[in-house]
Amino acid sequence: MTDPLKTPYREREKSISLDAMNGESPISGMELEPETEMLTINLGPHHPATHGVLRLLCTLEGETVQNVQPIIGYVHTGIEKSCEDQEYWKAITFVERMDYLAYYFNAYAFCASVENLLDEEVPPRAQYLRVIHMELNRVASHLFWLGTGALDIGAITMLWWALRERDELLDLFEMSSGQRLHTRYFQVGGVMEDLPPGWEAKCRRFLAEMPNRIDQYEALLDENEIWLRRTKNTGIVPVEQLLGLGVSGPLLRAAGNPWDLRKAMPYCSYEDFEFKIPVGTVGDNYDRYRVRMAEMRESVKIVEQALDGLPEGPYITGNRKVALPPRHELATSMEALIHHFKLVTEGFRVPPGEAYVPVESPRGELGCFVLADGSSKPARVHMRDPSFVNLQALKHMGEGTVIADFIACLAMLDPILGGIDR
Amino acid sequence: MEVVRGKAPGSQEDFRARQLSAQQMLRGDLDGQGLEEYVEKRLLLTKLEEAQSWARKNAIWPLGFGLACCAIEMITVIGSPRNDLSRFGAEVIRFSPRQADLLILSGRVSIKMAPIIRRLYEQMLEPKWVIAMGACSSSAGMFNNYALVQGADKFLPVDVYVPGCPPRPEALMYGIMKLQDKITNEPELGWRERYRAEGTEEYRAEGSEDIA
Repeated sequence: MTDPLKTPYREREKSISLDAMNGESPISGMELEPETEMLTINLGPHHPATHGVLRLLCTLEGETVQNVQPIIGYVHTGIEKSCEDQEYWKAITFVERMDYLAYYFNAYAFCASVENLLDEEVPPRAQYLRVIHMELNRVASHLFWLGTGALDIGAITMLWWALRERDELLDLFEMSSGQRLHTRYFQVGGVMEDLPPGWEAKCRRFLAEMPNRIDQYEALLDENEIWLRRTKNTGIVPVEQLLGLGVSGPLLRAAGNPWDLRKAMPYCSYEDFEFKIPVGTVGDNYDRYRVRMAEMRESVKIVEQALDGLPEGPYITGNRKVALPPRHELATSMEALIHHFKLVTEGFRVPPGEAYVPVESPRGELGCFVLADGSSKPARVHMRDPSFVNLQALKHMGEGTVIADFIACLAMLDPILGGIDR
Repeated sequence: MEVVRGKAPGSQEDFRARQLSAQQMLRGDLDGQGLEEYVEKRLLLTKLEEAQSWARKNAIWPLGFGLACCAIEMITVIGSPRNDLSRFGAEVIRFSPRQADLLILSGRVSIKMAPIIRRLYEQMLEPKWVIAMGACSSSAGMFNNYALVQGADKFLPVDVYVPGCPPRPEALMYGIMKLQDKITNEPELGWRERYRAEGTEEYRAEGSEDIA
């Protein structure tokens, strides 16, 4: 007797007989040759997977993505134009709201551009404090990417785990500056305040705990077959093409190019710290995930080193033409009162010129261009936002993949629409 | 673990005795003083509308919709274990406007986005509520410029304004609690009734002769 499972399905199902059909198909239209038709669907601007108000016109053949056209501008806020109406020290508040997960980086790029124009030295303690906050911000941004990106693929636990650690970081930001998001901690010439008592201990507790937490995330994801199958060998773009598109950050590093501005063009005393640049080998979504996880570990190491070697000294420049005098001087010094009045009412004037300072934000090269005309307000502020440039790669990441993997590609791209539209 | 049925903490009576009195009450055996006591202790009298709005306020389903920075804090309210919006019954995020009750405008509303938000609002079924989260959607905040709608209440009715840039998670939770108060105390359902906006319909209702 033959194995019933090896006989064809139709022979086993004796109850179904197609004899009465005289060879015709039971469904009308089936006798025609199957046609392939392209389908254009609209994703967004309100869609859970677009990470903001991005709109994507996808051309599909069956379930395969053939073309993707992003349409942006749904959160265009006119921040660059608004900056032109603000004094330099007030414009910091505006630039922070561009890429709203990397506010310290926005503020740093702007402040460093203005410091270049002013030829202002930043005290070493302020530089270290900036590094500490920027690296903590990088961890916070990657945690948010991890939570929402894993959620897109269906791993909802990661959202809760990642947000749990992110809340600890936001507590640290709140402790040092008073705000959770958009802290405006960086000033032109330094930082707003020194670290409050107890901050360092709290930060060290977090740093000691964080590597274990990353181990836990990886234990959950790296042995999850769904996660591996969804990310491995999907969305591969060759490194030459990425370079041609101007892509930077974890996307480029995942493809094997170790371009990181912290090493390539050290700024803000990054040359003092020892850290590695994680790179991928294949350039698929899995490498993008691994690179960001490794970057979190490296950031934790940088913050530890910066806390260990935190120099003594002032946290903001002593130049009273740029930085506000300390509060206690206002009661005793007439000169301090005049400086305070001038800074608060008019702001400081910046000599004519232009400056561009790029920094390595969690998403790639974030650069700020400032054009000064000699007044106390910038003539032009422009941000080179990495999300905007990286979004060009989405078409190449998504082409030829099925639409479910395309959603994963978008998650691994990590676009921030506030940065794209500004 | 062994489950032992005993006295409920704080109660003077035995569980069995309470069960018996409930049985008597249902059979109609209880009368006089016993019935008075029973009603006072065990029954909650309310109006149907109040019970309905009590249920409604504890099951607000927000639309999964983020605009900008405030969306990050909104996700922190919903997703973070520290805040846990499910205490208010409002953690069920619906990504389809047809299933959602609450639109949280979390971020800046650009002129390009305004018609889309209006369409989402119109797709939501009554009763529906709107929270303007943060300075931008309440009044455009610091962005007094060409790109933003100067306050989302220019084009849709807003029930609760939450100040902040961005508001703390606690602030948004307080806003949701304020909305719960509003649902309990102002049971008129449709936004047109709530905001005295009858007669501002933009379309002609079927069978009507003229627009009021």
